[in-house]
Amino acid sequence: MLLLECPNCGVIAEETEFHGGGEAHLKRFGPGSSDQDFEGYLFQRENPRGVHFERWRHVTGCGKWFHAARDTVTLEVFGTYSAQTVEPPEDLLETIRAKRPGFKWRDIA
Amino acid sequence: MSDVTGPAPVSALNGAVFDGYVRIAEAPMRGMITLRGDLSSSMMRNGATKVTGCDMPGQRQISLGEDRVIAWMSPDELLVGMPLSETAEALETLAGTFTDPAFSAVDVTHARAAFTLTGEDALVREVLAKLAPVDMSPEAFPEGSFRRTRLAQVPAAFWMPEPGRAELVCFRSVAGYVFSILSDAAREDGIVGLYA
Ligand SMILES: [Zn+2]
Repeated sequence: MLLLECPNCGVIAEETEFHGGGEAHLKRFGPGSSDQDFEGYLFQRENPRGVHFERWRHVTGCGKWFHAARDTVTLEVFGTYSAQTVEPPEDLLETIRAKRPGFKWRDIA
Repeated sequence: MSDVTGPAPVSALNGAVFDGYVRIAEAPMRGMITLRGDLSSSMMRNGATKVTGCDMPGQRQISLGEDRVIAWMSPDELLVGMPLSETAEALETLAGTFTDPAFSAVDVTHARAAFTLTGEDALVREVLAKLAPVDMSPEAFPEGSFRRTRLAQVPAAFWMPEPGRAELVCFRSVAGYVFSILSDAAREDGIVGLYA
């Protein structure tokens, strides 16, 4: 079972109160971008065995979006953080580096 | 609005009741207004407190008056409740208070159904715990707590105004479903003794 803490309302609940929103920190490539960038934005997703960054929505709770960092193998949640950011907070990355030395996710390490 | 005449509003299930080890009863209709805006602003505080006479609730709390409530719904949303007959007046007051377009007050009375669960405190908590992924122990969910969550397959919100009584609201379109799952959870032969 995955237990997530919503940073918007402070509830700690299991995942059925939430809804996954796919990979975090995607950079949009729209009109005018190269075919390769657009394809990457639209289709290319990480599918890691280990550390992963995702978007989640507290769908039956406060209704707000947030980010979560977790391990896809152990389901350990390293932390959740605001949706209003384009990268994970540094203190959370420190926590993950300590727990999963040498981890790499896209260009985050 | 008060001069518009028509059939009196009817609740979703005509006051359906189920007597199990906890009594499940559809509550009479109450006025419910959703307020959106900056919760820390004086405009929001003035609007919400003026129409209820209750204090502003803290995060995930409900503030209870004699027949009015303010519930904390999300970081930018409150739900105020009042007697049905006073909804129109409250909306008028709010329209006068919310002069900034970043604030809104919307009547959701007819989009909601409400239920009251009564019985032994531990058993009322147990019925909710059967359906929602929430720790309903008195320590984790004391009086004044307010929780929006999932009740089996649909969203709902509830609070316990006093020991042995829970109030629950859900979307009116799923009132029949919510009544049936609450009734099933409260069947006489279904006591688990979770909080005994
Ligand atoms: Zn939340």
